[in-house]
Amino acid sequence: MNTAKDVILTRIKSALADVPSAPIEEDAPVTWEYGKVAEMPAILDVFVDALEDYKATVYRVSAAEVPKTVVKALKSKGAHSVVLPAGLEASWREAIHHAKIGIHDDEPPLTAPQLNEIDAVVTASRISIASTGTIVLDHTPDQGRRALTLVPDIHVCVVAADSVVSDVPEAVAKLKASITAGQPLTFISGGSATSDIELQRVEGVHGPRKLLVVLAE
Amino acid sequence: MTRLTPAPPPGKLIDSPPFKVNAKKELANPVLRKNLRFATHTIRAKRRLRVSEVGEEAWQQLRDAAAEIKDRVARHLDTYLLQLEETLTAKGAVVHWARDAAEANQIVVDLVKAKQVQDVVKIKSMVTQEIDLNESLEANGVAAWETDLAELIVQLGHDRPSHILVPAIHRNRSEVREIFLREMGRYGTPAPADLSNDPPVLAAAARTHLRNKFLAAKVAISGGNFAIAETGTLVIVESEGNGRMCLTLPETLISVVGIEKVLPTFDDLEVFLQLLPRSSTAERMNPYTSMWSGITPGDGPQELHVVLVDNGRTQALADEIGRPALRCIRCSACLNICPVYERVGGHAYGSVYPGPIGIALTPQLRGIKSVIDKSLPFACSLCNACADVCPVQIPLPEIIVHNRNRVAEAKQSERRPHLETTAVGAMTWVWKNPKHWEKMLKLAGLSGKALAALRVQSLGPLPPPISAWSNARDLPAPPAQSFREWWKRNREGAQ
Repeated sequence: MNTAKDVILTRIKSALADVPSAPIEEDAPVTWEYGKVAEMPAILDVFVDALEDYKATVYRVSAAEVPKTVVKALKSKGAHSVVLPAGLEASWREAIHHAKIGIHDDEPPLTAPQLNEIDAVVTASRISIASTGTIVLDHTPDQGRRALTLVPDIHVCVVAADSVVSDVPEAVAKLKASITAGQPLTFISGGSATSDIELQRVEGVHGPRKLLVVLAE
Repeated sequence: MTRLTPAPPPGKLIDSPPFKVNAKKELANPVLRKNLRFATHTIRAKRRLRVSEVGEEAWQQLRDAAAEIKDRVARHLDTYLLQLEETLTAKGAVVHWARDAAEANQIVVDLVKAKQVQDVVKIKSMVTQEIDLNESLEANGVAAWETDLAELIVQLGHDRPSHILVPAIHRNRSEVREIFLREMGRYGTPAPADLSNDPPVLAAAARTHLRNKFLAAKVAISGGNFAIAETGTLVIVESEGNGRMCLTLPETLISVVGIEKVLPTFDDLEVFLQLLPRSSTAERMNPYTSMWSGITPGDGPQELHVVLVDNGRTQALADEIGRPALRCIRCSACLNICPVYERVGGHAYGSVYPGPIGIALTPQLRGIKSVIDKSLPFACSLCNACADVCPVQIPLPEIIVHNRNRVAEAKQSERRPHLETTAVGAMTWVWKNPKHWEKMLKLAGLSGKALAALRVQSLGPLPPPISAWSNARDLPAPPAQSFREWWKRNREGAQ
C-alpha cells in the first residue's frame, strides 16, 4: 500500500539522489562547538540588567530573606490569593500563610477557570540565562505544572544565584536532563509582551503580566 | 450557510494577478506605505542593535552553524523524519503524514470532528496559513480562532496576513481600534466602548476577548518552530502567551509541522534560540518559548497529534539551487530589510510567504504555473540586503535568479512568441558577430541623428507592447555617433 509516509519518503530519496551515501557527519559536517561557557565577569549583574530591560521587577536578597521577600513581592501587586506548587520550599509557604494571603493548592488539580480567579503564583525555577535575562522552568514539583505559571496574572519566581548560567549554550546543555526525563520546558523572558501593533513592544497580553523575580544570593 | 468566523477576502491567493499589477495597486495606498515604512525602519534599527551586542564574529559563527545544521537536515531528511516519528511515538504522540495541503487539512478536520467540538483555538502558524486550514475547518462547521494579536486583527478585519511574523504590519493603531470596536462583539466578548488607540489598551482588549475562548477550548492547533528528532521535542517560540495557553489548557493538541522543521539534536537549539529572537522581533530572547516531548502525565494536553506536511517541500529539496530555501526559520528579517517589500507590502505577493523568502520559496513549493508564481521572481532588485541579514544564510538572490531562469525556460518551451524572448533572441544575433553589431550601431546612429535633429534627448513611454518595459524607465536617445565610429576616425586613422 502506498501510504502518505511511503510516498513522502520516496520523494525525499529521489530528491536527494545527489547526496552520497556517506555517514551523516562526513557528508554534512557541523563545525560548531556546543555547550560553550561564555566569559562573563559579573554574571548576576548582566542577568538583572537584562531582566529589568523586560520591565520585570527584581529583588536581590540573601537566601534567608527569600520568604519575606516573596511576601513583599506579592503584596506590592496587591495579590490576595496565590496558588502554590506542591513541592514549594516550606518556609516560603509558611511566610505567605502568615501574611494572610489566601493559599490554593493544586490538589486535586484546579480547573482553568478556577486558576483564572487566583491572583498570583509563586514558584522556584530550574536554570536562568544571564545574557538574555531568561528564566527556565522544567515544571518539576517546586514549579508545578505549566498552567499554574500561566493563568494567574502575577508570577513571583525565585531564582537561586547558582542556577544562573552565562548564555544559551550552557543552559541548553544543562537542560537536556530535564528533557530526557520527559519534562516540558518554559523559557520566560520578562512578562508576556507583543510587538504586533506598529512593531512596538507592549508588555502584558495573555501570560502573566507581572513578573517579579527574587534572586537569592 | 452563515459563517462561524469572519470571512477572509474572496478568492484564492494562487489566483492573484501578477505582482506588477498588485504592486501598482498597493503603491497607491499612502497609509499603507507610511505604516510599512515606519514599522520596517523601527525593526531594522533594533535588529542591528541586538546583533551588534553579540559581536560580528560570534554572529557569523552562529549563522555558519545554523546553515550547516539545516543543510545536514536537508541532506538526510528521511533519516531524521523517521527518527522523529519514533521518538514522538515513544512519548505518546500520534504521527500523521500529509503529502499535500488537502491531505493535511483532511487529517486535522477528521481529528477535530472526532472530538465533537465546534471551536478550536490556534497559535499563529505559517504552515496552517499555507494549507488554508481555517477555511477547511470552517467548511466543516468548525470555527478556528486565531489567538495571536496580529492574527486576531487580520481575522477580525476580514483580511489576509501581509507579513510572516507581524501579519497585521499593514495596519496602524487607529485601524486596529476600529476593527476591534466593530467586530469583537460579533464573535465573543466585545471591546469596551471607550477603547482608545493606545497599543497597551488594544492588547488588553485582546486579552479580555480571548480569555474565555482559552478557558473553554478543548482542542488547540499549533505549528512548530522546531521538532527535535533525537528527543521527540516540539518547540514553539512566541511572545504573548497565547501559544502557552493553546499548548497547555486544552485536552487535545494538534501540531502541524513542515517536514523541514526537524533538527537533529536538542543541543542544536542553542544555535537557533540565539539567532531567531534577534532576527525576528529583535529581542535578546522572546518572552516565551515552550518545549514539550509527547505527553506529560498530569500536565497539559493528554492527546497529541503531529501532522508532518510535505506540500511541495520535497520539490524544493530536489532542486539543488532551491534547496537552501528550506533552511528558513521564518524570522522575517529579509522582509523587513527589503526595499521592495517596504514599499508594496505583503499583499502584493499573492503568497503566504511574501518578500525575499516568498519569491525564493513560493515558486519552489507551488511551482511556476500560475500567473502570480511566474511573476514573483521578478519582484526583486537583486540588491542582496536580504542575504546579508538572513540568520541561516540562504543565498536568496541566487535562488531568485534561478527562479527567473526557470520562468524564462518555461516560456521558451511554450514556443509561443514572447516580446522578451524575441528581443533577447534578436540581441543574441546582434552580439554573436562583430559585423552584426556594426550594422546595429549604424542603424542606431541614423536614428540618433534623426532624433538629434528633432532635439529629442531621451525616449519616454513607448507604445505597447514595449510600454511594459518603458513605462518605468527612460531610454536615452541613441547617440548620433558610436564610440567605435569615433575611435576609427580619431585614433585608428591618426596612427
